[in-house]
Amino acid sequence: MQNPQTTSVRDGTDDTVIEVRDVSVSFDMDRGRSRVLDEMSVDIRRGEILGVVGESGSGKSMFASALLDAVVNPGTVTGEITYYPEPDRPVDLLNLSDAELRRTRWEDISMVFQGAMSSWNPTLTVGNHFKETLDVHDADLEEGMDRARELLSSLYLEPDRVLNSYPHELSGGMKQRALIALALVLEPNVLVMDEPTAALDLLMQRSIIALLDNLKHQYDLTMVFITHDLELVANFADRLAVLYAFQVAEIGPSRDIVLNSRHPYTRALINSTPNLDTPVELMRPIEGDSPDPVNIPEGCSYTSRCPLAEGPCSNIDPDLYEVSETHSTACHHWEQVDDEIPLSLEEVQYYE
Amino acid sequence: MNERDGQPVVELDDVEVHFEQSGGLFDIFDDPEYVQAVNGVNLEIHENDFVALIGESGCGKTTLGKTAIGIQRPTGGDVRYRGQDVWAAKDGKGDVSIPHDKIRRALQMIHQDPGSSLNPNKTVLKSLSSPLRRWEPEMTTDDREARIHGMLERVGMKPPEDYANRFPHQLSGGEQQRVALIRALLMNPDLILADEAVSALDVSLRVDMMDLLLELQDQFDTSFLFISHNLSNARYMAEKTGGRIGIMYLGEIVEIGTPDEVLGNPQHPYTKVLKWATATLHPDAETVAQPPIREVDVPDPVDPPSGCRFHTRCPEAREVCAERSPELDLVGTSETHRTACYRIDDDHEYWDSPELSDEDDVTLAQIESGGPTESSATDD
Repeated sequence: MQNPQTTSVRDGTDDTVIEVRDVSVSFDMDRGRSRVLDEMSVDIRRGEILGVVGESGSGKSMFASALLDAVVNPGTVTGEITYYPEPDRPVDLLNLSDAELRRTRWEDISMVFQGAMSSWNPTLTVGNHFKETLDVHDADLEEGMDRARELLSSLYLEPDRVLNSYPHELSGGMKQRALIALALVLEPNVLVMDEPTAALDLLMQRSIIALLDNLKHQYDLTMVFITHDLELVANFADRLAVLYAFQVAEIGPSRDIVLNSRHPYTRALINSTPNLDTPVELMRPIEGDSPDPVNIPEGCSYTSRCPLAEGPCSNIDPDLYEVSETHSTACHHWEQVDDEIPLSLEEVQYYE
Repeated sequence: MNERDGQPVVELDDVEVHFEQSGGLFDIFDDPEYVQAVNGVNLEIHENDFVALIGESGCGKTTLGKTAIGIQRPTGGDVRYRGQDVWAAKDGKGDVSIPHDKIRRALQMIHQDPGSSLNPNKTVLKSLSSPLRRWEPEMTTDDREARIHGMLERVGMKPPEDYANRFPHQLSGGEQQRVALIRALLMNPDLILADEAVSALDVSLRVDMMDLLLELQDQFDTSFLFISHNLSNARYMAEKTGGRIGIMYLGEIVEIGTPDEVLGNPQHPYTKVLKWATATLHPDAETVAQPPIREVDVPDPVDPPSGCRFHTRCPEAREVCAERSPELDLVGTSETHRTACYRIDDDHEYWDSPELSDEDDVTLAQIESGGPTESSATDD
């Protein structure tokens, strides 16, 4: 294809399960054209947990919708998203027929959206949701329900009680776990989760994350976990993609992103995240506001908030620079970041 | 820790809040059930004090907070504002030294969801004018406006003239929260209940909002009762103010103290669970994959477990824990650190008590359906 590959987001392994290339999503509004995803390119590797971290309005939910070609009208998606059920069998996700798309969702790529509560039909029991899903996809009912029970128990739920309950009879945490089981009942290859735990208590959030980790190994899944909460995924994801203003600011192994980030925004985000370890004096808010999707500035979109901005920053939008084979950052001054912007985490004092 | 002499601003004395749970249409002849939202809580909040209450949904922290600021009537125990019983003042019972109106002004609240606490049809200026008009009727329109503009500026919403004329939907979440905060501060309160005031904000904005609360606390001499499920936020605030963190579980405070004490030397197994739940950023931090807890879900507050309420989930529970409930006692030689767990007493009979056997290890479903009564044979 005509993609010049000026910069590489490749990572050495060829086993990519979803390849996202130059994907943009835009909406036409009265004020002008609003770009809510801007030429994003990411490879999702088979069997990994990819954490996608961004603040409100960074484009992270659009990214999730684009992965399933589920961007609502009048939004338009351009670019290419290729799904590889097997390494040499590419499927062009953005050009599927409706029937193919319906099958691909759930059976190949499944999704858990934000706000579990509204995903349930209040007049159906949880069990009927499972049956209906299996039925629509022509799956073997008995086998499917056995799998449902197995999934529910591995999420610490009591299968028969949950299957016979109406959604309102379950707590928020139970509904959310049942929804994850429902998303997995057709044995998809990829599970995309958009803030799957946001409305829950921290304890339930972390418990669900521990359970997801088990499920991943048990069912051989690839997971994309989208959240605004860096702290939640930092130790869970294999790799992290940090989004800023509708683009990938930095992507790499979680450890590199947290301890060795080379993008001023990533560092600012880490330094601003309340946690139990960093001395409180070193926690700093990020000054300024993120850009308006209708008026994305020329050059790097972080310029107005960036302490290192100079030279090309104001007029050349940085491509991803390669920090290492696995770690890329969209900053012209990435080589200075480590010296210029200290990480508060380096001053960690552990409680114990 | 500051010296906390003198009379507290707000004092909770053995406070209990039980809600009657109305059954469905067909249950009208059954005995009503009671949700024990708050049970036997003692708490003193002083001038310029900061107390964070942390716990899971349904632990009663919001109910306790509302009781502390006199908008939820307790079903047992007393709530006093500068020595005056809040509900006696409301009902006009006995010698009322401080009128109820004054108490209501002195104890304010900012809500979890600032968007829904602001009237969508009123501009910021209108929303902020009405409490002033009510409480300071002698103020002229110009003075009111000047005061509101001054406050907007102080919380960083500049130019204030622009913000004053906006409607709530024209503000970001953080800005709505600031307006709600101004509305509370305009009353010059002694105590503000901040219920999950920062949890809904983006991570990078939380520190900013908390810094604002700290700055305003300084300027206005206000105390804060800060309610959250997030230990990191509570720690930030409590460390910067020299305040305390209280851990709540099923209506009771199970541990309270300075952040150093509660986070650096947690004594209650539940505090340790919450610490586990607070993920750490640093990849080298020691992390345990599984929660140090036997059950993920919280038991039903209608029928809380016997003895120590945490014993059904506690990894350390022994038989004595199922029979008796521990008091909130001082830990070691500390004067501020208290916890309700037998394990702090080396001589306690707990240590000779048999561990809860596996048959007592109730399943999640059994807890949620009211207790470990049914046999697990039917579950299969």
